[in-house]
Amino acid sequence: MVSDEYGFFIDPQRCIGCRACVGACAECGTHKGRPMIHLDEMDRMESPQTVPTVCMHCEDPICAQVCPADAIKRTDDGVVHSSQKPRCIGCENCELSCPFGVPIVFSGMEQMLKCDLCYDRTSEGLKPMCATVCPSQALLYVPKHQVAEMRRSKPVREFLVGTLKVKTRTAVMVPDSEIPLHLDAALLIEGGF
Amino acid sequence: MSTTPKSLAELRDVYGPHLNLAPPGGWDADLEPDKLVKTHCCFCGQQCGIQLKVKDNRVVGFEPWTEFPFNEGKLCPKGVKRYLQGNHPDRLTSALVRTEHGFAEVDWEAAMAHTVNEIERIQTQYGKDAFAVLSGVSLTNEKSYLAGKFARLGLGTKNLDYNGRLCMVSAGVGNKKAFGVDRAANSWADIVGADVIWVTGANVAECAPITTDYIWRARDRGAKLIVVDPRITPLARTADLVLPLKPGSDCALTNGVLHLLHKWDLIDWDFVKAHTTGFEQALEEVKDCTPEWTSGLTGLPVAAIEKAARMWGEAETSFLLHARGIEHQSKGVENVLGCINMVLATGRIGKPNCGYATITGQGNGQGGREHGHKCDQLPGNRDIENPEHRKYICEVWNCTDEELPGKGLTAQEIMNAIHTGEIKGLLSLCFNPLVSLPDTEFTRAALSRLEFYVNLDFFLSETAQHADVVLPAALHEEDEGTTTSAEGRVIRINKAVEPPGDARADWKILVEIAQRLGKEKWFGHFTSPEAIFNELRVASKGGTADYFGITYEKIEKNLGVFWPCPELDHPGTPRLFEGGKFFHPDGKAKFIPTRWRPPMEVVDAEYPIWLTTGRVVFHYLSGTQTRRIGFLVEQCPHPYLEIHPRLAALHGIEEGDAVEITSRRGALVLPAKVVKSIRPDTVFIPYHWPGELSANRLTARHLDPLSKIPEYKVSSVRIAKTTKDRFPAELAELQRMAFEARTDQANLPEQVF
Ligand code: SF4
Ligand code: SF4
Ligand code: SF4
Repeated sequence: MVSDEYGFFIDPQRCIGCRACVGACAECGTHKGRPMIHLDEMDRMESPQTVPTVCMHCEDPICAQVCPADAIKRTDDGVVHSSQKPRCIGCENCELSCPFGVPIVFSGMEQMLKCDLCYDRTSEGLKPMCATVCPSQALLYVPKHQVAEMRRSKPVREFLVGTLKVKTRTAVMVPDSEIPLHLDAALLIEGGF
Repeated sequence: MSTTPKSLAELRDVYGPHLNLAPPGGWDADLEPDKLVKTHCCFCGQQCGIQLKVKDNRVVGFEPWTEFPFNEGKLCPKGVKRYLQGNHPDRLTSALVRTEHGFAEVDWEAAMAHTVNEIERIQTQYGKDAFAVLSGVSLTNEKSYLAGKFARLGLGTKNLDYNGRLCMVSAGVGNKKAFGVDRAANSWADIVGADVIWVTGANVAECAPITTDYIWRARDRGAKLIVVDPRITPLARTADLVLPLKPGSDCALTNGVLHLLHKWDLIDWDFVKAHTTGFEQALEEVKDCTPEWTSGLTGLPVAAIEKAARMWGEAETSFLLHARGIEHQSKGVENVLGCINMVLATGRIGKPNCGYATITGQGNGQGGREHGHKCDQLPGNRDIENPEHRKYICEVWNCTDEELPGKGLTAQEIMNAIHTGEIKGLLSLCFNPLVSLPDTEFTRAALSRLEFYVNLDFFLSETAQHADVVLPAALHEEDEGTTTSAEGRVIRINKAVEPPGDARADWKILVEIAQRLGKEKWFGHFTSPEAIFNELRVASKGGTADYFGITYEKIEKNLGVFWPCPELDHPGTPRLFEGGKFFHPDGKAKFIPTRWRPPMEVVDAEYPIWLTTGRVVFHYLSGTQTRRIGFLVEQCPHPYLEIHPRLAALHGIEEGDAVEITSRRGALVLPAKVVKSIRPDTVFIPYHWPGELSANRLTARHLDPLSKIPEYKVSSVRIAKTTKDRFPAELAELQRMAFEARTDQANLPEQVF
């Protein structure tokens, strides 16, 4: 069981694109060599912004809803697990349906793997690997009640996907609007600082 | 004589760089470790704590070390994947000698005998100083200390210097001038409590990634962040104020800020009067440095300069951080002093949440620069030209003043003297000058003129390819010792595994050479790193960098000890200058006027664009290690040219196009990376690669007159779009390797559950 007290918070504003999270995730003994985390460069010409995606651990996960083989389990602690090997038929329904693009069906494996909140670690009271190593703590795993005092950005756990409301265990931090964004050195030089 | 003995392609086939992609035995192997070894990352000055997983004398992975206070488990990708430098196919496991057909493996005895003969021959024929030593500060304190003693007493040469000369030596000189000591003034804990953080010439997110979190923790308390850099780095993206100044104009900005601090009376007069000297002269120097003047030189808007001065001047607490951006200049020392003047004028140093530091780059950049690793320095940060200092070290070393050589040449000057033929022989360790010194082709020509060159390394680096003898040395995890992190915290490096084959710890190799040269009496007692450390403690006693009160046991118990630590019962000193007490004999800090002068090379009609160089988060220095680690190469396989879309449009350049970049030294062709995050009059190239891809083909051997640091951060170039068939063959090879790394990761075991 993963403690309900702890939450996972994704804070893209802080992300420095270092991919330590990706590298560390791949070291996991349960999906050896394969990172489950997605790290996207948004548009390098326009901005140095990079964005990490880990599983949002939805309350009513769409991936599980659409799985014809009933291979995706959500445990009572709110963690949505990788597919169960004997059941998964590699149909990619989960991959296609996930609003956050999390599950990956690996070619040659015909099995879906996904971020399981480092269940081996978190169920023993450790932090997930990515949130442990993340140098800027863009990936944060702490007691939920501490977040308000730790961060100026605000956690969001409800998302509108089309007309569907999705509630998640993992939170995305919405940036503090007072923190500016600088993207073009030419504009800064010309006075738009 | 020392030209490479085979074609580069043939050398690459045998010695790499090849990529290590997976732990020993592959991802499928049972990697349940026998033990976890608490140690530190080898890939930057932050020295993150890490635990290495060891099984059957092989490092098979890592586990975060969350109890270590600096990083609490955090790591950048280099730290995460560092374990893959072990068990590497390119690893040197026996001694090599140059033959007509390439390198041949020889037994240790033959390699040693040849080396010692050649050292003796060259020194007899041309004099002691004709044999030089170049070393590096990825080495432990023990090895750095030993390198100094080895060169001076083992070889009797004055010509020893180190690659810290290419790192933070401008900061060292500036700090000693202003404060009388060369160390970060504070531990990083004071960053978190600062109200304004001024980061200048430091790509914190990529070169000191863990520091990012310290800065954000301050910002979450409401701190303001000012970043000064020609590029909008990942941290600058969200800073409160970004000042993308022209390369080489840093000292104009700090002068301009000091001018405004004075004009607006944002000076802490009580502090300045009680604890400093020289303020009047410093003010005199900046009296004409109006915002308009500053704007003209830096290319920044007047209002931005004023805003920066206000934010800095009005804060209650602050922390100023700088790094290679301001230090790698022909006025690196003045740039550093300009920053220090801003700090001193506001009196915000030596108090909680008020601090100043250079962010040391190399693994042991701090400790390695303290104990006689430099041509002008003796242990404890003593001065080799000071008779009192010499006397003390002669006593500790049990030698006469005549036996202790004087001040020698600095790193670049040693290479220059090799080029002119004044220096005939070289021993180098932990230094890859063919990638890291400026003006690559000059360095290559110099190396080819050596009569004898012996290199200690664990991989055959580009420079080692020019050696007559290569002695296989140990990796970081194959030896123990101490290092000193960027904060000034002395920490323990623990041994995880034994070196493979004939490879052995660098200190053992140096001690053996010294003994074979008949210097038993000075080196015979060095039977372990701890024995060396215990002599270092005594040698540093009474110096500014005083380690006397630090022992291996004490470090382990306290998870590091900050120097100065003069007595065994002393707790160490995380924060320097408390109570306004500085290290000069009068106890005061010195303001030193910094008159503006331009960089050695400025843009003109022929070379109209500024070039600046630097690092990426995925690679360490000259890349000898990180260019061999699959994951890191996959993320960043080769260099590129960062260019603003406006400048790119002027030359018809689009993303990925081949661009020829030419300076007065040479040219190279790289793919364009079109980004708005750089000034439109400036281009950037990361420097970690050799040969045709080396950014240092373009940079100049212009040095700061005091620190002798090369001006890597400011050159002038011209650019022209060219055709992709002009990309160096090596670029295609690196792209292929990165692809292989990716596909191999996709071809993992069929079933992992
Ligand atoms: S480790 Fe953190 S900062 Fe680095 S890429 Fe991942 S989320 Fe971003
Ligand atoms: S929580 Fe664990 S499994 Fe999920 S992305 Fe992070 S490291 Fe990978
Ligand atoms: S390179 Fe530096 S930041 Fe990265 S893990 Fe190593 S010590 Fe930490």
